[in-house]
Amino acid sequence: MLDSHVHSDRIAEILNAHQGLEGPLLPILHAIQAAFGYVPDSAIPQIAAALMLSKAEVHGVISFYHDFRAAPVGRHVLKLCRAEACQTVGGDAVADRIKAALGIDWHETTPDGRVTLEPVFCLGLCACGPAAMVDGRLVGRCDESVLAEVAK
Amino acid sequence: MKLYVPLDSAAVALGADKLAAAIAAEAASRGVEVEIVRNGSRGMVWLEPLVEVVTDAGRLGFGPMTVADVPGLFGDLASHPKAHGLVDELPWMKGQTRLTFARVGVIDPLSLKDYVAHGGLVGLERAAKMTKAEIVAEVTESGLRGRGGAGFPTGIKWKTVSEAPGELKYIVCNADEGDSATFADRMLMEGDPFTLIEGMAIAGLACGATKGYVYIRSEYPVAIRVMEAAVKIAQDAKVLGPAFDMEVRVGAGAYVCGEETSLLNSLEGKRGVVRAKPPLPALQGFMGRPTVVNNVISLASVPVIMAKGAAFYKDFGLGRSRGTIPLQIAGNVKRGGLYEVAFGLTLGQIVNAIGGGTASGRPVKAVQVGGPLGAWFPPSLFDTPFGYEEFGAKDGLIGHAGLTIADDTTDMLHMARFAMEFCTIESCGKCTPCRIGAVRGVETLDRLAAGDVSAIPLLTDLCSTMKSGSLCALGGFTPYPVMSALTHFPDDFARAKEAAE
Repeated sequence: MLDSHVHSDRIAEILNAHQGLEGPLLPILHAIQAAFGYVPDSAIPQIAAALMLSKAEVHGVISFYHDFRAAPVGRHVLKLCRAEACQTVGGDAVADRIKAALGIDWHETTPDGRVTLEPVFCLGLCACGPAAMVDGRLVGRCDESVLAEVAK
Repeated sequence: MKLYVPLDSAAVALGADKLAAAIAAEAASRGVEVEIVRNGSRGMVWLEPLVEVVTDAGRLGFGPMTVADVPGLFGDLASHPKAHGLVDELPWMKGQTRLTFARVGVIDPLSLKDYVAHGGLVGLERAAKMTKAEIVAEVTESGLRGRGGAGFPTGIKWKTVSEAPGELKYIVCNADEGDSATFADRMLMEGDPFTLIEGMAIAGLACGATKGYVYIRSEYPVAIRVMEAAVKIAQDAKVLGPAFDMEVRVGAGAYVCGEETSLLNSLEGKRGVVRAKPPLPALQGFMGRPTVVNNVISLASVPVIMAKGAAFYKDFGLGRSRGTIPLQIAGNVKRGGLYEVAFGLTLGQIVNAIGGGTASGRPVKAVQVGGPLGAWFPPSLFDTPFGYEEFGAKDGLIGHAGLTIADDTTDMLHMARFAMEFCTIESCGKCTPCRIGAVRGVETLDRLAAGDVSAIPLLTDLCSTMKSGSLCALGGFTPYPVMSALTHFPDDFARAKEAAE
């Protein structure tokens, strides 16, 4: 875990880099998550002070969006599409087999901290589903073999 | 030797990046000099990754390519096992009227020179010589309607913003394409980003707006990267500048932010909750200023309208649905992809003649048109012509023109439940019919699944409340997939009863 001073210095840098933007909160939160893998609670008062918002407002925004995480995730993030087009080509069955193989459900992380499994609603790969995203990389016609990419 | 290997997300998801690397490596080992252009997709997703080799006769297509097929590209091309001949001569390409997507898959998406060589910037140059009112009149005359789903006339929206008082106005492009079965916005941004930039710049001239934002969903990493690079190139080339500049913004995984007022809140850095209308975003939009919010395809259709004239564009289409529509054929389909054509084909022609029926080879059971908020159409309605009013008359909608094809193994009660579940997950929570109604909808469908048919009137009543009482289309249109499943596939709802007995 990073020291909170390191956090606050880096967050200050990010806040500084986003000065002058109209509606800067989402870009700031994306940058913080890119830096730390999640948005630490300790960032909230610092962001709130910089943007002249209440802590509740910042927390409200973080918790509204599916992308922002309040805690660290697994070493790999496997996102599987649950939307209709992927369902019509067996997406649910693939997801069930992957959940069984990993022993976890949606939004959970394997006990060894290896993989976090998340649902996603559409990656725009609807003519080559089931679709997945492994650590930001797109996979079409996905099946259980995708697990090899999150094996280590 | 010059080759094209798509950078399009679908091609990449099927191995295009590895393929491009393998081609470069194979060429190096053979001592052959190659130029590999990373283009957009031609839209034939079932052939992706589709590699094109430039020859004197034209561009030859090979697909779906694997790394093992790469050495063959350096031998006799005609005898390559994945050869399809000239890409422009393929029936899928020849059957289309590509106006908005004319350059997608053809050019290098990040070459402004390529863009200009293929007719780019002609529309903007013409618009620059016109008055605001003349540009607005041209777009109005073209009959262009919002391609995001609502179908509101684009010219009328622009007129409102153009005539609204205020020094500072905005053009916001809604690229939060969250509907399942839709990927036209993504393909356009990945394959021809300058078209969107040009469309937004024209909108800026027409409305007196000096700043634009493209709000792209975070699920589209390739589109974000290409658009950001294209904006930088356009700024360096002074296509964008003090008169009109723009920024790319990234969403954060909330489906509801595809709704325009929710998108504006998100862009302002707030929770993506829906705003009540009025005030219209055209008068009080981003930061309370007059704002055009248009879908990617609406804005990207403007350059061709300005370049070739309203009459040219208006000449295509059917009834009050003018011009072309990029159909996105998806789900369980043999030939899936993007097919731009004038409005008016029947649903059956799209599914069977163009799509080739299901990928599984089983009979088509239902087609959901317009994404997760669109109705499921049974084959008995396959004679419905593709148009805003025509689908409305059959209790459906065309939405963003995505089609999810499902075979006869699909359980429509399950799909109806999914529609309600999706609404519970994605509701912004502002209005009660959506926030609570969707939860009750899931419970009611679970009762039906358990064989309690007395829940049907309750479900119907609930859908009616959601439809008329919700603040936006999320709660308001979730009844479409639910009620269409119940209406057209009653057996799937009765089967549960039999099973219970």
